[in-house]
Amino acid sequence: MIFEGFSQGDSLLHKSDTRVKLVGAMALTLVISLCQSFFTGLAGLVVGLILLFLSRLDLNQVLIRMLVVNSFIGLLWLTLPLTYPGDMISFGSIVLSKQGIELVALITIKTNGIILFFITLLATSTVADLGHGLERLRLPTKLCLLLLFSYRYIFVVNQEYQRLVRAAKLRCFCPRTNLHTYRTYGHLFGMTLVKSWNRTERVGQAMLLRGFHGRFYTLNEQVMGKGDLIFLIIILIIVIGLVGLEFLFT
Amino acid sequence: MTQLPLIKLQDVSYTYSGATKPILDKINFTLHEKQHLGLIGSNGCGKTTFFHIIMGLLKPDSGMLFFKGNEMRNAQHFKKLRQEIGLLFQDADDQLFSPTVLEDVAFGLLNLGVGPVKARQIAIQTLGDLGLAELEKRITHQLSGGEKKLVSLATILAMQPKVLLLDEPTNNLDSTTRARLIKILTELDIAYVIISHDRDFLAETSQKVLTMTQGRVTE
Ligand SMILES: Nc1ncnc2c1ncn2[C@@H]1O[C@H](COP(=O)(O)OP(=O)(O)O)[C@@H](O)[C@H]1O
Ligand SMILES: [Mg+2]
Repeated sequence: MIFEGFSQGDSLLHKSDTRVKLVGAMALTLVISLCQSFFTGLAGLVVGLILLFLSRLDLNQVLIRMLVVNSFIGLLWLTLPLTYPGDMISFGSIVLSKQGIELVALITIKTNGIILFFITLLATSTVADLGHGLERLRLPTKLCLLLLFSYRYIFVVNQEYQRLVRAAKLRCFCPRTNLHTYRTYGHLFGMTLVKSWNRTERVGQAMLLRGFHGRFYTLNEQVMGKGDLIFLIIILIIVIGLVGLEFLFT
Repeated sequence: MTQLPLIKLQDVSYTYSGATKPILDKINFTLHEKQHLGLIGSNGCGKTTFFHIIMGLLKPDSGMLFFKGNEMRNAQHFKKLRQEIGLLFQDADDQLFSPTVLEDVAFGLLNLGVGPVKARQIAIQTLGDLGLAELEKRITHQLSGGEKKLVSLATILAMQPKVLLLDEPTNNLDSTTRARLIKILTELDIAYVIISHDRDFLAETSQKVLTMTQGRVTE
């Protein structure tokens, strides 16, 4: 598992203040996810593409991610046009719903726009920076620590679970639909939980020994520069523009 | 010797709740300035517990603990003690919790109130001293076992402690990393205590090896 593939770079977006990017991503996503009109959706997609251009990320990598998400949307293309009620258009023996097609098209445009916002605005920061950014946006410290630690230890917990599964397999455990299987999985999950709990205790101690007192400091102190402020204002103007577009066309 | 010992334990006992026998039974122990000690003992005999008592993670049932001649009684005392004694945990994954190596090495410094610029500088310096400079930007959970161990040592050394307590540092280390660790330790001019089952390792790094049996430490 390798995360944070997009977080390294020196583009405008990589260098901007995480708080600006968080606020921008939240505002843009909110507008696009709620909009009903094609034009707003398309405009959002264009904004996403401009951001992608600015972020100078590896386009192949981005395309792979987009494909993964769009494969889910592909399922919608298979089902919604056939099942959604509305005006029927028939192609030989296949009858499609006009509204159904419109709906899936809108969903596709909106989803891709939002993914682009996330990739360009959020994935260009490390999870650590996002955690710090959220904290400095006055989100409760506990929630931010939760984010940082979940990210750090999800791998360790996963490894611990895999180790237990391997141990079970080596003793010829083979999952079937029977009580023995359910009980074994119960034990595996239970044991993972207990081990994780013990680990949190030890990690807590390790932090205490190094002087932790409830607050994380960051090495990358970010100061909101003039450029960040301008960036924020531009994004907010775009958001307002999108809202205007939405009201114009519905 | 007229100099006060760095660490002194006097008749310290400890029993885990639910256990019938004390795991540490009136233990006496002293560590002097620049002394390099080894500690050996069977599995589960209480070595890790002993370290946790010194660090104030566990509170003894009876007995006294002195650091530089002052008795350690409350959280405030231990806070000072922890700035000067570094404990290397048995499992490096417990020790490395920051996303990147550099952030983890700087963590303790930032907590002590060192500014980010200075903390970064000391962290880079410490990694460089241990020959780990190229790991600086790496993600902690993607390091190999040996690298994790050496980086956790760096996280502690960065805080410039007076004493190091190392809990089974050679577990799962290949011979190259083990040799590297020996070199690092012998070049340190601070006091340390090493728990290990590896007698050869202790012979190379310690001036004296103590044994722990039945809740006591003996020579
Ligand atoms: N939190 C705990 N509660 C109860 N017993 C414990 C706890 N931690 C350790 N022990 C017991 O105390 C004994 C000593 O543990 P430890 O100090 O880790 O031994 P060592 O490090 O020498 O192998 C072990 O038998 C262990 O089962
Ligand atoms: Mg132990």
